[in-house]
Amino acid sequence: MLYAILCYDSEDVVTSWTKEEDAAVMEKLDVVQQKLTREGKLGPVARLMPTTTAMTLRKGKEPVVLDGPFAETKEQLLGFFIVDCQSFEEALDAAKELGRASSSMGAYEVRPLMVWKPGGVQS
Amino acid sequence: MSELAFIDVAMRAARPRAVGALLRYFRDLDLAEEAFQEACLSALKNWPKNGPPRDPAAWLIFVGRNAALDVVRRRKRQTDLPDEEAISDLDNAESALVDQLDEADYRDDILRLLFVCCHPELPAVQQIALALRIVCGLSVKQIARAFLVTEAAMEQRITRAKARIAASDAQYEIPGAPERSQRLAAVASVIYLMFNEGYAATGGEAQVREALCDEGVRLARLLLRLFPGEPELMGLLALMLLQHARSPARLRADGSIVLLEDQDRSLWKREPIAEGLSLLDKAMRHRARGPYQVQAAIAALHARAGHASETDWTQIELLYRALEQLAPSPVVSLNRAVAVEKVSGPEVALALIEPLAEPLSSYFYFHGMRGALLQRVGRVAEARAAFDRAIGLANTAAEAAHIRMQLDKLQAASAPAAAPRAEATATTK
Repeated sequence: MLYAILCYDSEDVVTSWTKEEDAAVMEKLDVVQQKLTREGKLGPVARLMPTTTAMTLRKGKEPVVLDGPFAETKEQLLGFFIVDCQSFEEALDAAKELGRASSSMGAYEVRPLMVWKPGGVQS
Repeated sequence: MSELAFIDVAMRAARPRAVGALLRYFRDLDLAEEAFQEACLSALKNWPKNGPPRDPAAWLIFVGRNAALDVVRRRKRQTDLPDEEAISDLDNAESALVDQLDEADYRDDILRLLFVCCHPELPAVQQIALALRIVCGLSVKQIARAFLVTEAAMEQRITRAKARIAASDAQYEIPGAPERSQRLAAVASVIYLMFNEGYAATGGEAQVREALCDEGVRLARLLLRLFPGEPELMGLLALMLLQHARSPARLRADGSIVLLEDQDRSLWKREPIAEGLSLLDKAMRHRARGPYQVQAAIAALHARAGHASETDWTQIELLYRALEQLAPSPVVSLNRAVAVEKVSGPEVALALIEPLAEPLSSYFYFHGMRGALLQRVGRVAEARAAFDRAIGLANTAAEAAHIRMQLDKLQAASAPAAAPRAEATATTK
């Protein structure tokens, strides 16, 4: 079984870390990631850019694009895609296409990645 | 991270929200600040024992408000201190406030706090110092170091700035839409000034002043989170990130300046560049041009060029042209001339900057650039005069050293063998 582990934290706090504090946290996490890799358990790892870089696509007949991250509490995170695009425009187009293909309402948040390690797990 | 370091970061992160809300209650900067300090002292006592609260800002606001109410009461009635238990019902602190404070309150609180610090009547240095002290929570000592003045002098400036704000009629009502956008613009410009104070630093000062850049970026991020649909805020943050990314390549070990075209671009920080480019990309979708976006677009073209020779100067020249229209200033025109020189040669650039001689007569960069252009067209004597003028106007030792280097090059080029040619060119002019 594959599991996703999603990170939630206060952005105010995390962006207040000094470079050294940030590096120290990443280093500690890296130790665990190395162990998981040795055990053949680690898939892709990503760190997202700050929410200030995010855009949200509200699905629907006429999809609406908004600045900022997804902020509703009535909907839950159900999955994600990683796409390789040249610009926001292209990534939003991909999101719109996905939106047309799914019949439900809901939204996609589109946010650039800061760190990407593809990992080696095959299901 | 140790527990104390964690508490410190949590308090720092909560500070703008907490002080902003306390300012809304008390309409007095000193009292708001004092209340926040009191709340932090309580936090240092309580959080290690009970664990940090889920919403540190709400906790600090609640406890700070009680502490300040107590101060107000004491001042009024000169009564004795009430029992600690009576004023700080810490268990209910969060639940009581969580319902009352929503994002909209926070938004105007923080904007108000920033705007009060950026009061238009204050000189720029005082605006920046006050924002660093009150919003960012830097100590007076840290700010004094960043501005290269004594702690006592900085303390005095901050006190004076606060007194001036207290005497003026600062706006405490919820602002309307046009006012809000005016406030945003004023605050954005002070944030950029703060950043530039740090960015302009050279030599041994660069390290201590880098805090100004970091705080500028932090404040711009905070503001953009509150106003996520403002393309100029995206532009401002992008601009600062793209410029700041170059910092590891900007100075030599001896503290002297490395010009953009000579920088080792492999040293540029990739994360802020990626973030800056994303923000700019996002901003451009609004099709609402503004000075920060244009400047960020220029910085982005530099960031995208793997080598100085790959720089798209034609595009940069066009962007400076756009900037001249959006925010006309002789300094912008001078920068356009840099791009013009790359595209059309030094003669055209020289003609372009001649009319700037008067408005920029005491501007270091004008004379430095004019000297370099004159040198390139072979007007050596005039170039030397321009460089001499620049040295006299240098703001830092590194700037002066850079011009001295140019003069040395000039000297070497006009050494006996080369002199006749150079002199001849100079006199034919």
